[in-house]
Amino acid sequence: MKLITHNMLTSNILKGVTRGFPLKIKADKMEHISVDYNRDFIARIIPRIEYDALRAAVNDLGLNESLPEAMSETLQQDDEFLKTMHKVLLEYEVEEGELICPETGRKFPISKGIPNMLLQETEVS
Amino acid sequence: MASKRPEHQGPPDIFYNEEEARKYSQNTHIIDVQTKLSERAIELLNLPDEESCLVLDIGCGSGLSGEVLTELGHQWIGLDISQAMLDVAQERESEGDLILGDIGYGMPFRAGSFDGAISISALQWLCQADKSYHNPVKRLYKFFSTLYSCLARGARAVLQFYPETPNQVDMITQQAMKAGFTGGLVVDYPNSTRAKKMFLCLFAGGQVQQLPKGLTGEEGSEEIPSQARFDRERQRYKNLRGKSLKKSRTWIMEKKERWRNKGRDVRPDSKYTARKRPKAF
Ligand SMILES: C[S@@+](CC[C@H](N)C(=O)[O-])C[C@H]1O[C@@H](n2cnc3c(N)ncnc32)[C@H](O)[C@@H]1O
Repeated sequence: MKLITHNMLTSNILKGVTRGFPLKIKADKMEHISVDYNRDFIARIIPRIEYDALRAAVNDLGLNESLPEAMSETLQQDDEFLKTMHKVLLEYEVEEGELICPETGRKFPISKGIPNMLLQETEVS
Repeated sequence: MASKRPEHQGPPDIFYNEEEARKYSQNTHIIDVQTKLSERAIELLNLPDEESCLVLDIGCGSGLSGEVLTELGHQWIGLDISQAMLDVAQERESEGDLILGDIGYGMPFRAGSFDGAISISALQWLCQADKSYHNPVKRLYKFFSTLYSCLARGARAVLQFYPETPNQVDMITQQAMKAGFTGGLVVDYPNSTRAKKMFLCLFAGGQVQQLPKGLTGEEGSEEIPSQARFDRERQRYKNLRGKSLKKSRTWIMEKKERWRNKGRDVRPDSKYTARKRPKAF
């Protein structure tokens, strides 16, 4: 699972959960896999990223990437920043670990890089 | 007479087992059909020209539809209920990110996440009550309402499916409209029993959009313009990315070796490994 996906995922399909975002993230195993840099894509997607949640994930995972504290319009044009965002959003992969619902503590295991968001019928909202 | 429809053979996570999933990476006819359907669905998606978008692939399976998205330069996230299908997607080195989930329980994404969504040959599965507590109408509504919210305003969802009866089409369309979508059914080659294909083309708010027209006439005769467009786009994207050795046999073997070393379950190498799939056209 890439961090771009983590930044979009919520647990609000669970009964009683209102926002379910951001999911806490724990990794037992991570990978860094390089991906072709596509500046247009990154520039296009940045406004849609919950930046604080991304920084929290980088922190949770202990990644050695420095993301400025606050996002700004000038930053969104900055090539260095765009490249870091590319790396953080698309190149780090959580292979084994879990996602944790911030409201209920429900755990969603990540195995072989795939988060398991399947629910029990009783959990469905 | 026993039904041949896969949805009648059992729940999707059981039906799409390893053996069935394997067909989705080896059977050239299946690959060809799914690829063509995906190209048409992406065309109907009408994404902004020459831009790389973030697309959701609903019931992504082994990643055949996703591969077309990748070739056109888009990023995608795929959701599927079958672990076996997702395993094949990973083996095929799909570049999308994969999630195991049941679309009938809702789409687990933040509001406005995607530029568009496609779904190829999956929606009819939601019309079944695979568990005693399944209520298809409820599951369809949950699916469409959560899909609506995770799309950017004005974005489209294009869902190709195989309805069993006209009633099913009504049931599906009604729940989509109830969830707030506009749009409707696009039918390609309506007069041909074999070539006829249905695409539910949905708009998530935004400006009023006109429903695209279905293709008519002989199958194949109208493929040239859109095919030419796809080839051009693919070429453009290839040039952009530079030479890629990806998907070559050596590259895949190396990747498999890396995976084995990581303790992942990897298929033994076979004559099928990295075999080129036939040209779709
Ligand atoms: C005919 S396959 C098509 C796969 C892929 N879209 C393609 O074109 O190759 C249908 C897929 O829908 C998935 N599916 C069926 N019901 C589902 C559900 N409730 N939630 C998620 N995926 C589902 C199946 O697991 C299967 O992978």
